[in-house]
Amino acid sequence: MCLGIPGRVEEVKGDEAIVSFGGARRSVRLDLVDNVSVGDYVIVHAGFAIQVLDQEAALEMLEMLREMFRE
Amino acid sequence: MRFIHEYRDRELVVRIAEKANEFLESLGREVKIMEVCGTHTMAVARHGLKALFKDSLDLISGPGCPICVTPDSGFSMVFQAAEKGKAVLVFGDMMRVPLNGRSLLSLKGEGLDVRVIYSPYDALKIAEREPGKEFVMAGIGFETTSPLFASTILQCVNRGIRNLRLISLFKLIPPALNKLLEADDLEIDGMILPGHVSTIIGIKPYVELVEKHSIPAVIAGFEPVDIVEAIYMILKQLVENRREVENEYSRTVRYEGNVKAIRIMREVFKPVDSEWRGLGLIGESGLALRKEYAYFDAVEEYGLKPVETVKPKGCLCGEVVRGSKKPFECSLYKKVCRPDNPVGPCMVSSEGTCAAYFYADSGNE
Ligand code: SF4
Repeated sequence: MCLGIPGRVEEVKGDEAIVSFGGARRSVRLDLVDNVSVGDYVIVHAGFAIQVLDQEAALEMLEMLREMFRE
Repeated sequence: MRFIHEYRDRELVVRIAEKANEFLESLGREVKIMEVCGTHTMAVARHGLKALFKDSLDLISGPGCPICVTPDSGFSMVFQAAEKGKAVLVFGDMMRVPLNGRSLLSLKGEGLDVRVIYSPYDALKIAEREPGKEFVMAGIGFETTSPLFASTILQCVNRGIRNLRLISLFKLIPPALNKLLEADDLEIDGMILPGHVSTIIGIKPYVELVEKHSIPAVIAGFEPVDIVEAIYMILKQLVENRREVENEYSRTVRYEGNVKAIRIMREVFKPVDSEWRGLGLIGESGLALRKEYAYFDAVEEYGLKPVETVKPKGCLCGEVVRGSKKPFECSLYKKVCRPDNPVGPCMVSSEGTCAAYFYADSGNE
């Protein structure tokens, strides 16, 4: 039930955003997050965005893992 | 970059697991790691992650499945609301929960109004659309979920929606972990902490817990790379003799969590003592509506009372929830109790340990 899925914000309309999950678009509530813009990735749980994904942290982590484990 | 597929890179997963196995080798003993969250348990089963590690790694499923830890007394009030003619709105997972030989699905079959919602916000829209009807939401879930319901209640206040109420059965994870770690019959060497609960509550609440119980703990995301990396990090701590909270899921989890969500949750709810299946009564581990929002309390409004329930004979769900028994130790597992005929809640939920084991077992057959 704590399932959360990242999706890309395609459109922001007031308290809601249209979010694309690999092409499937859904309306998502933004009540629990601030400053969401088009192009952001949000983690969506039961119809609400619960966090804006930190893309920089994500890339850094992946790069670090690839360096550490792939020599 | 879609932030999913990158974390399913099989080659990377295998490499990390190989390094983790080196740590297991040098530790030279059995290591028990609890994945607290049911979504982790399911991901481990689905991606066959257990098989990547040496046998000396024992993965134990924890209490992180909301349906599984909700006691029958809680479910019985949801059933009662339906029997009293209210329209009951629940997440899909709840429909098959068995209680005294019945389920919400069977109540629906008897003609009662039970509907599945995907989001608490759907509940608001339904109540708005049908103003003549009284609706009751089943509030089941952890810190990931309760802010959504809090936000929905605030919206009801704003929009003057008066025909939607809540049975609050929400639970809080840190007090439950504290109780688990205090039990002397459970020896756990490390914990994989739930990524989405932590998205809301942040890292801070675990710091004290980890200090008190001196145990390595890593917050993890839900893809194979995340989970295997978290196991690697826990083993590394053990080898280096460190006991800390670390955050593998840094793309989503911040130190302070989601401050706005916490504020909204606290605005509407207050912590109360709460009963868990398998863990008993735990102080300040549940949430109740604050008196300012008492209007929305379905339990008060409709006089709902927990009823006596009969525990299915042989079901070890309580022990499974606290990690002291594995599903295959239950004599009903797979023989009688299956996802299409669940005997206990651990076989119902997609996050339930018995359901995850069933999935993994049938995949291997
Ligand atoms: S297999 Fe079924 S009966 Fe056995 S503990 Fe799990 S849910 Fe209960």
